[in-house]
Amino acid sequence: MNTATADARLRPTKLNTPIAVELIGMNKWYGEFHVLRDINLKVMGGERIVICGPSGSGKSTMIRCINRLEEHQQGRIIVDGVELTNDLKKIDEVRRDVGMVFQHFNLFPHLTVLENCTLAPIWVRKMPKKEADEVALSYLRRVKIPEQANKYPGQLSGGQQQRVAIARALCMNPKIMLFDEPTSALDPEMVKEVLDTMVALAMDGMTMLVVTHEMGFARQVANRVIFMDAGQIIEANAPDEFFNHPQHERTKLFLSQILH
Amino acid sequence: MTMAEGDLAVTELAFVRRAMVEPKAPPVATKGALFWLRTNLLSTPFNICLTIVIVLLLAWIIPDLIKFLVTDAVWTGDNRDACREIVQHREIGACWPFVWDRLPYFIYGSYPIADRWRVDVFFLLLAIGVTWLLWLRAPRRDLGALYFFVILPISSFILLHGWDAIGLPTVDTVLWGGVLVTIVVASVGIVVSLPIGILLALGRRSRMPAVRTASIVFIEFVRGVPLVTVLFMASVMLPLFVPEQFSPDKLIRALVGIALFASAYMAEVVRAGLQAIPKGQFEGAMAVGLSYSQMMRLIILPQALKITVPNIVNTYIGLFKDTTLVFIVGIFDLLRTIEVARIDPHWATPVTSTTGYAVAAIFYLIFCYGMSRYAHATEVRLARGDKR
Repeated sequence: MNTATADARLRPTKLNTPIAVELIGMNKWYGEFHVLRDINLKVMGGERIVICGPSGSGKSTMIRCINRLEEHQQGRIIVDGVELTNDLKKIDEVRRDVGMVFQHFNLFPHLTVLENCTLAPIWVRKMPKKEADEVALSYLRRVKIPEQANKYPGQLSGGQQQRVAIARALCMNPKIMLFDEPTSALDPEMVKEVLDTMVALAMDGMTMLVVTHEMGFARQVANRVIFMDAGQIIEANAPDEFFNHPQHERTKLFLSQILH
Repeated sequence: MTMAEGDLAVTELAFVRRAMVEPKAPPVATKGALFWLRTNLLSTPFNICLTIVIVLLLAWIIPDLIKFLVTDAVWTGDNRDACREIVQHREIGACWPFVWDRLPYFIYGSYPIADRWRVDVFFLLLAIGVTWLLWLRAPRRDLGALYFFVILPISSFILLHGWDAIGLPTVDTVLWGGVLVTIVVASVGIVVSLPIGILLALGRRSRMPAVRTASIVFIEFVRGVPLVTVLFMASVMLPLFVPEQFSPDKLIRALVGIALFASAYMAEVVRAGLQAIPKGQFEGAMAVGLSYSQMMRLIILPQALKITVPNIVNTYIGLFKDTTLVFIVGIFDLLRTIEVARIDPHWATPVTSTTGYAVAAIFYLIFCYGMSRYAHATEVRLARGDKR
């Protein structure tokens, strides 16, 4: 197998516009409950954003709006020049180019690891099966589990499953990656292997939005750390400034509770 | 410390393991008939009581059953005299000559004798189709599906109903009967109800209000009405509204009625399976960019149908037995042909009815048990697929 061409694919696909994601005055309600309040955020291509905050602060909901797993009711969301509306074509277009990794992996249990990775390239990108297999194997090598390709997700450890989930998302050659608490459901021994994979991805220049409580990861790779509470962005700053000189009282309280 | 490290009780504050405990074989033999007997039949006092009750029950039923069906049964004869106690001066069990004599009627109904080979060919074609589809190691199962779902229905219709242009005289469905009708009605119901049921189940969960309302109204209406009523509606009410020449054949009307009825039940079975699929599977599928139909076809339905296999087959078995209700609208299924034959004066004896019903019981038992076993094998196979 020609590893030179396979490795070439590992470089993230170029964005069409300089701004990867733009949220303008975005609001969302669950019934009467106002979960996201006047969110304004601009993510440039290649930026790594870490989003943190107490549970129920709306951070997961916010990144789930970016690939329309949740619908927003007010304001605009523009992903690489494509505005998310009720137009199904636009939604499909955005989902093809935005990869997502979930807290509970959401692998397909009835398919092998390899099939999990090749399903979307074959059906959505119309890639020939042979080529899809090669691409998938190159990403599985990348996340260091090529030997598990023919097992079922249920036979893998949590850390391995999450790495498969990352490989599955990468197989679609996404321009942007969303991570929704990728290490929260893992045993402590497995957190590092997943974080290492994410750090490597960040080093390649992938545009990433990561909801996490791993502050070490934030310090290491983030360009910006965003703190959310009560459905709004409270504070955003470069990691050094954010951790060493938090401005808002709520941020200070939060940091004092998670950094011992 | 002289004890082996392995059986050291950790009573001291500090403990460091020096020798690892190697895996050993379990202490007692866990194989053999005696062991099986002890763990499965005689494990607790309650279990022992149950075993005794069941053994007594079997001892009570089985000898009588064998006596009636085999030892006291009459095997040869030309008319009712062979099976009459007052003629034969012995106790009489099943009257098998009656069954041999009327077997063609049980299988073909009143289908013209000269054309019965067409029914035999149909049975053969159906058997090939079922084997091709259900035998997992059969070659080219994709062609098998095409054969079963497209070629078989068309060729069966031409074969059974007839097509004058190719020299097969038309046989009115009024003449169809027996096993032929039972098999036709059951296969149409089984084959049609699953796809329609899936569509109705998806419709019921749709976010489009029109689709959802239509599905709910259909499912709830059909489920709220007895099958007998559906069949009556199809055969008695429909001709009142539709002019005679546009009114479809009586058997076709019953087929449509049964298929729709089974679909409504199937829809609820499939919906239960859909609801058991975690939300994350939908989100995972959407996030990798699959469209709605791809998500359903590739991710959701394979998992949902897998967990509903027992319920789907349960519905199929119910449907197979419900086909006997078509007699209400004057269609001669197997049970109806037996009903007619058993009051034939030529074979009128005290055991004729019992024998006829025994034949029906054996027929339905074989088919339903077959479905049940196949479903069980499928469950085992699918469970092996996703070891956890």
